Amino acid sequence: MTDALDKRSAIGLDGGERLSDDQLRRIAANIRMRDVRMIRTAGAGHIGGDLSMTDILTVLYFSFLRVDPARPDWSERDRFILSKGHAAGALYTTLAAAGFIDDAELDTFMRPESRLNGHPSLRLVPGVEANTGPLGHGLPIAVGMALAARLRQSLARTVVLAGDGELQEGSNWEAAMAAAHFELDNLTLFIDRNGLQQGAATEKTMALDPLPEKWRAFRWGVVEVDGHDIPSLRRVLAQLPVEAGKPTCIIAHTHKGQGVSFMRDKVEWHHRVPTAEEAAVALQELEASAR
Amino acid sequence: MTDLFDCRVAFAKTLVELASADERVVVVASDSIGSSNLKEFSNQFPDRLINVGIAEQNLVGVAAGLASGGCVPFACAPAPFLTGRALEQIKVDVAYSRHNVKLVGMSSGLAYGALGPTHHSIEDFAWTRVLPNLVVIAPADPIETSQAVKLAAEHDGPVFLRLSRMAVPAVHTPDYRLRFGEAALLRAGEDITLIANGVLVSRALDAAELLAAEGISARVLNMATVSPIDAAAIEAAARETGRIVTIEEHQVNGGMGSAVAEVVVRTHPVPMRILGVPGIFAPTGSAQWLLKRFGLDADGIRDAALELVRENAT
Repeated sequence: MTDALDKRSAIGLDGGERLSDDQLRRIAANIRMRDVRMIRTAGAGHIGGDLSMTDILTVLYFSFLRVDPARPDWSERDRFILSKGHAAGALYTTLAAAGFIDDAELDTFMRPESRLNGHPSLRLVPGVEANTGPLGHGLPIAVGMALAARLRQSLARTVVLAGDGELQEGSNWEAAMAAAHFELDNLTLFIDRNGLQQGAATEKTMALDPLPEKWRAFRWGVVEVDGHDIPSLRRVLAQLPVEAGKPTCIIAHTHKGQGVSFMRDKVEWHHRVPTAEEAAVALQELEASAR
Repeated sequence: MTDLFDCRVAFAKTLVELASADERVVVVASDSIGSSNLKEFSNQFPDRLINVGIAEQNLVGVAAGLASGGCVPFACAPAPFLTGRALEQIKVDVAYSRHNVKLVGMSSGLAYGALGPTHHSIEDFAWTRVLPNLVVIAPADPIETSQAVKLAAEHDGPVFLRLSRMAVPAVHTPDYRLRFGEAALLRAGEDITLIANGVLVSRALDAAELLAAEGISARVLNMATVSPIDAAAIEAAARETGRIVTIEEHQVNGGMGSAVAEVVVRTHPVPMRILGVPGIFAPTGSAQWLLKRFGLDADGIRDAALELVRENAT
């Protein structure tokens, strides 16, 4: 156990030195820019949901998760599962920024025989922990991973990121019950609460509110946070679990298309591909925010 | 009177032995401790029996996560609900992910009898055998069940074990060694081959005996593994006996018989009969009654074989 702890403190993508909030902000802006360029190259992708969760991914990979790109299968690593697998673009660009895959490979996104499928594949891409795509799969798998960590007395933590719309899938609530029943306080669920699903607002399509109350009723520790505010995200993660003996649900209030003014909160940007002109404007805005 | 055995006993006993020897072995159950015969496992390894309640989708997802974390999970639930309710999890979380999950479908086939079509699992071969990476196996007796459980634990990859609750006689000797993807020759014969699996193997053997009385020499193969299928044994049966009858506790469409036919048409086409449930939801009746109703008892198998021989006299 001590050995495991020592190893973990030596790992961490920031090399043990904490990156500043400002550095994280710039990393996030760069990941967004890379995502826009990648989607332009591929001619496909889910840009709106990629941009809404980029700050969360950045904070996780660059200041929280104990993972090692040199040893993606290290048994004591923390596990991150992207349940909203259609946002694979943001995961790939983050994994590239974190050194799990080469930046150049991002240009193969969704091309024939590329490892970078439209939805992530754990057998193809280092750093990917679960095959997702159909919604409502991430949380049950995460419950199993958290149970496995407990069984082998590992301190590895499991973090899963779900879209808000996908909470309409019943499997999530089966897993929600189980996580609380098994008192998995080594498990954290982020909800990317951007309020929009493919065709319309979640509340118009199939209402999720009152969302925090639902998770509290399922006996989870619940905290709400601005999903684009890096210091707040870091503060919340530093306090895990928010309630001892309970899994934590972090409802991250976000905006679909965050970082690009004409995409922000616009449902049509769920999976629209920007034109060359739109991409140029988007990159300009993101470039400015990266400074 | 031949002794009859409930294969769930052999399953549970073998699982306890495996768990004693390997702490990675865990069970995930869906409020099915009793019907899966897991009481003893639960007594001996309370921390390693994870009961997720009545929630098959979560059951399979949790098992995938456990496998990802280094465990060897046996995910146990009634076969109709495990394969029907959680098919997408079986496809994505287990087969596509190539996770080391052992799916155990209990009380498969027509075993639930008069509980009705909601509880019959006669679609599961079709649903599971098309999934890449997934070994699909239906043992015939306690000896083969025990071997299948051990082999599943040794195999580094996904397995679907299709178990029954119907009592069966032993068809294998204790020195029998099951291998995935290899049919077992239980009786030599030259005129026709009967290919069965699960609880119907003993009935196929009985039918072969009845056929011998009619002067027909029937080969009997136990096709326990439905995927990957033993193409060599099927091709040899087609070449050497010229006629094949398949017998399974499943819909006639898409199951083991279809898998056999796929091999027959591309290797050595011969006349075939595929015995099973003929594309209907079963009427009310006990499991034994239903087997007879669908011609899946020894008499029914004999009759189908005789018909095939007469229609295709050489």
